[in-house]
Amino acid sequence: MKKVLLLALALALALVFSVSFIFAGGAQESAADEDQFITIHWAQWAPADYLQKLSEGFTAETGIKVIVEQTPWETFVQKYNVEMIARSDAWDIIVGDSQDLGNMADSGHYVDLTKFFNDNGLKNKFTESSVAAYAEYPAKSGKYWGIPAEGDCLGWAYRKDLFEKPENAAAFKAKYGYKLDVPKNWDEMLDIAEFFHDPDNGFYGISIYGDNGYDSLVMFAEQMIWTYGGDLGDYATGQVLGILNTPESAAGLKRYKELFQFVPPAFNDAFFVKANDAFTAGIVPMTCNYYAFLPALANNATNPYADGTDYFACPPQKGADGIIRQYSALGGQGASVITYSKKKDLAMKWMEWFIRDDVQMEWARIGGYSCSKTVLDSDTFLNAAPYNPAFAESLNIMKDFWSHPDYGELMEIAARTLGNYIIRDNGTAEEALQACAEEWDAVINK
Amino acid sequence: MKKTMNNLSGPLNRQMSDTVFVRLCILPVIILLIVINIFPLFYSLILSFTEYSARKAFSPEFIGNANYRDLLTDPTVWVRFVTTAKYVVMSVAGEMILGFSIALLLQEKFRGRGVLQTLLVLPMTMSPVIVGLMWKLFMDPNWGMFNYLLGLGRIDWASNPDINLYAIVIADIWMWTPFVMLLSIAGLSAVPQSLYEAAEIDRASWWFKFTRITLPMVSPLLMIALIFRVMEAFKVFDVPMGISGTGSSAPPLIAMKLYKDTFLTWKTGYGSALGYIVLLIVIAITSIFVKYLNKAKQED
Repeated sequence: MKKVLLLALALALALVFSVSFIFAGGAQESAADEDQFITIHWAQWAPADYLQKLSEGFTAETGIKVIVEQTPWETFVQKYNVEMIARSDAWDIIVGDSQDLGNMADSGHYVDLTKFFNDNGLKNKFTESSVAAYAEYPAKSGKYWGIPAEGDCLGWAYRKDLFEKPENAAAFKAKYGYKLDVPKNWDEMLDIAEFFHDPDNGFYGISIYGDNGYDSLVMFAEQMIWTYGGDLGDYATGQVLGILNTPESAAGLKRYKELFQFVPPAFNDAFFVKANDAFTAGIVPMTCNYYAFLPALANNATNPYADGTDYFACPPQKGADGIIRQYSALGGQGASVITYSKKKDLAMKWMEWFIRDDVQMEWARIGGYSCSKTVLDSDTFLNAAPYNPAFAESLNIMKDFWSHPDYGELMEIAARTLGNYIIRDNGTAEEALQACAEEWDAVINK
Repeated sequence: MKKTMNNLSGPLNRQMSDTVFVRLCILPVIILLIVINIFPLFYSLILSFTEYSARKAFSPEFIGNANYRDLLTDPTVWVRFVTTAKYVVMSVAGEMILGFSIALLLQEKFRGRGVLQTLLVLPMTMSPVIVGLMWKLFMDPNWGMFNYLLGLGRIDWASNPDINLYAIVIADIWMWTPFVMLLSIAGLSAVPQSLYEAAEIDRASWWFKFTRITLPMVSPLLMIALIFRVMEAFKVFDVPMGISGTGSSAPPLIAMKLYKDTFLTWKTGYGSALGYIVLLIVIAITSIFVKYLNKAKQED
């Protein structure tokens, strides 16, 4: 009898829990009907907070609440990939990495926004490079899967106070024969790094990425390759051999390695945190980082040298063929609607609201990096933050890595083969590029 | 009404044996285990014989033992196994020696012993990723305290591939020595004082008492600590991830490859095969230790 009672009690408890779950779900749904909301997934960083704040305006206009769910950068890409594999409807919009666009589109995770894009003339509203990186896939296909949300690329912060210090200026002029100033090309960048490099006194020439665990080293390498006249391949045809493994690409990679000899110790694993830390610790005169991380350097609370800090875009370089090229490696994300969302209509309402000129201007004003041409050309934007003029210049020179369904493998190969030369000091630039090109070719054309 | 209930429960009560009742009670747990543990285990075994990427919209393609063949003939995989073995030996040996030594010291009665014991346990309660990140900052040659306190100059502990394995060993020893210490304290407390008193009467030396009484009596618990630490150390991921990341400067540990293959390049089939190889190795090593543990118990 006791056993039966115990069993009956357990079953009753299970029933109560099940019923309460069902009713709780029902209550939530009915609440949602009255109180509509959408969920946007993005990485955990300041721009996501800005987006949450910006979306309050959308809620005020439409009554639709917006939840910006944030995931730490370390697991951001893995998390949304896993959710998409599971066909999850947890989010309605993803502000996802540009390199993932190809896979997300090919796998059917993102809604095709081509009609929305064309109807609203977005191709001309946003900068050409941002449309190519955050929206269009395949390259030059006229098919669009997202809208540019947070434009980003590599830019520079430098210690203006050190550059203008009379004894530095005089010593530099005496040694190199020209004025110490923002580098006009990568030759000058190397000179400045060499000039300031003084490891005996704990001061180093430059802070650039060295980590090849994910995409950081590859991002810096690709912009050097493009600037020196090389390329990663033909994104439309998938051809790599003969495009990546060229003397021009090797020249860019060699310059990266030359610069890398002037970084502080332990920069083999330097990514955005360490790049900024070296600058705020006062041990380098200049640092390269994504613009999204530069606001911390303009803030006295996080950078004791903020008042003496200024910013510049990646400089150009005259190639062996005499042509001057200027590139910056693209970061940033586009906003895409999830195929599995049950609130696609609400998500599209948000997209329609987000592309409005006044919203884009407000986005830029509160700290987001808008890709809207109107915003970028406005004095309001250019004067809003000290790094904005450099950012506006950079948006016109940014270029992206492969947006290929196998980008994860392509990234790993490039990080390993190029990193082997840059940070492990093994082999030559030509050997590293040849190895990378052969492995890429095998992956892309399998 | 009461009669009706009795009529209903009577046959039910008679039919339900203890065994049936126990089975009914554990059924939900069994179902839960099958769904979240057993099924993925077998599903990943099937995937290990396929070419499959969970990130792509195509079905797994059966390729036989190709993933296992590729892995076992790849010299870099063997380098990773050797490095992992080195790491296991160094970290577990350090933890066993230090943990047991500290436990012996804490056998002495002194003021504040309880507080000290609690403080010593704290590293073990921390998240391994936080421990990794903390040691990375602590050992940074530019702004870390580690080199400065030991007067070591600017040694690059975290990102120099020649030495960062030792950095991870140091962090792991710091974190897991308390675990060995706790088990050792439990073992030492269980040794009957009468044995020591008898040895005292026989004027036995400290070394004699240690090797003939303490060590044999504590060895089963030490063996358990050894089994747990070897199993954990073999598949260590969080601490090295925090200290050295996943780049090519990071020490070539097998778990880092497993992570990269499965979650960075999304080679799910290949990663599953590597997971199974690691699982088999861990089971083999553990079986050897368990055999010795049983032997030690029988001798007791």
